[in-house]
Amino acid sequence: MNKFLKVAGIFASLALISACASTGPDVDTTDTSDTMVDTGPSGPVPGTQADLEQSAGHRVFFGFDQYTLTTEAQSTLSKQAAWLKEYPETRILVAGNCDERGTREYNLALGARRAEAAKSYLVSLGVDAARITTVSYGKERPIDPRSTEAAWAMNRNSTTTITSTGA
Amino acid sequence: MKKILTILLTAFVAAVSLALSPATAQRATIDITQGNVDPMPVAAPDFIGADEQTMGLGRDITGVIMNDLDRSGLFQVIDQRAYIQKPESVNERPRFPDWRLIKAEVLIVGEVQELSDGRIQVSTRVWDVYSNEQLGAVAFKTPADNWRRAAHKVADFVYKTLTGETGYFDTRVVFVHETGPKENRVKRLMIMDQDGANPIPLTDGLNYQVLTPRFSPTQQQITYMALFDNRPGQVYLFNIETGEQEQLGNFRGMTFAPRFSPDGRKVLMSMERSGNSDIFMMDLSTRRLTRLTDNPAIDVSPTMSPDGRRIAFTSDRGGTQQIYTMNADGTNQKRITFGEGRYQTPVWSPRGDLVAFTRQYNGRFYIGVIRPDGSGERLLTESYLEEGPTWSPNGRVIMFYRQTATRRDGSGGESQLWSVDLTGRNLRRVRTPGDASDPAWSPLLP
Repeated sequence: MNKFLKVAGIFASLALISACASTGPDVDTTDTSDTMVDTGPSGPVPGTQADLEQSAGHRVFFGFDQYTLTTEAQSTLSKQAAWLKEYPETRILVAGNCDERGTREYNLALGARRAEAAKSYLVSLGVDAARITTVSYGKERPIDPRSTEAAWAMNRNSTTTITSTGA
Repeated sequence: MKKILTILLTAFVAAVSLALSPATAQRATIDITQGNVDPMPVAAPDFIGADEQTMGLGRDITGVIMNDLDRSGLFQVIDQRAYIQKPESVNERPRFPDWRLIKAEVLIVGEVQELSDGRIQVSTRVWDVYSNEQLGAVAFKTPADNWRRAAHKVADFVYKTLTGETGYFDTRVVFVHETGPKENRVKRLMIMDQDGANPIPLTDGLNYQVLTPRFSPTQQQITYMALFDNRPGQVYLFNIETGEQEQLGNFRGMTFAPRFSPDGRKVLMSMERSGNSDIFMMDLSTRRLTRLTDNPAIDVSPTMSPDGRRIAFTSDRGGTQQIYTMNADGTNQKRITFGEGRYQTPVWSPRGDLVAFTRQYNGRFYIGVIRPDGSGERLLTESYLEEGPTWSPNGRVIMFYRQTATRRDGSGGESQLWSVDLTGRNLRRVRTPGDASDPAWSPLLP
């Protein structure tokens, strides 16, 4: 079992790298050449973070100073909800993030709003609220450190991570 | 004597009249009025010493004093190479014509003596070069290795003698020391003297990031937010003398944006529940929590007026972030900023007369001040990204952090501390060991 989790962990971290480029809004894709992930002929292990990222997408993005869900975000979250129903023992952390174009304290509050917006949508689709914890990282955990519109758009997100597979 | 006081009053009156200027209200222009307020020319020959040790200390002490006075923007320290007279004793009358010749208006003469118990005595006289009068004299006794504090105390004495106001040089600053890439930044708590000397790390930065530290106005205590991985950040208390830390309460939601009340007995903060942030106040002795706002919008960044009667905070209840005030019990909430853009991080001046803030407008960030009733807004500085103002204990200088843009190749993105006076003319980098953010000024040290 331990071994399985370890492997899953490696897949998860590899997939994290590739997911940045594949699901982000309108981003330079110049630095993604190293993200070829060989997941084997059968794809990621079912029920893992890598599987979630491939079958649903683990990030949704927000407009500047916004926490309302776009139709694209709703679509991603619907897929997450379906996936979570398939793996009912799984618990997740939803983290809200902001770009650097705001003050630290306000962005902490805004990140909490974004995480909550994603969580509420999942719950409205039938996911048990007890399976979801939320956290805000404000502007303290940017994915892309650059000061560009594309980087800011990437950094305004809520990110879903599996915290327990329940197994 | 008269002349000096007139000059300094002009300096402060000018600052006030700028505040009244209606042309600057609500406009995103920096108020850098290159008026006719000239810094006062001051001469400070090296403090006299009888032997090598006291002479060396004298030189060092004079350097610290000159740096303090120069950085205040109110004084222009005349280059020592221009001095004609070399004072032999702190007790002799200076040759005033020698100092008038080099255009000094004030002369600071000091002496360092070693006492029989091993401590040193730093004696200082402040002279008016034009009236030939002594304006003040002071002496401090201190262990020799504490000479920096003695120097700051002398600078505070000179400041008070010449401006009539309490100084701010014998103070410290806590801040967040930053290392590592922006995506995985190590942020630890550090403390240093107001002029950047003696930086000491207070946390190791390993298990959490330290954000938004604030000094207690009454004790050697700091409150800050600890941002963890995978669980909501929480407000902490940190005792500077013992190094002890404790989480302030244990809440399911995130607690953040802490700030002490002026009496040091309470901590105002925001608490998040189900995604919404409101303002609460915790009594530090009873640990009882009182809710102050109950609004579906975001309410953050509370700050209490020095008389304890009002609280300013940021809210987006009107659609974008603006600054509001309310009574200390949460009643009588009203908006005080109405300009374009976003107004955030209010911090009430220790004098009570102004509230410092961060304004975002047209893709730029500004540090400004406004009266608590919403009138007299003035913007002092502008850049790509700056925020987090903190007041000097005399309410004359604001320190903040400024972050540069990160270029496409990943360079840039430096974070540094800066200070600016209320006229906006005197903008200075504050020396830190590496990148720094979120400064918080201590009260005057006892």
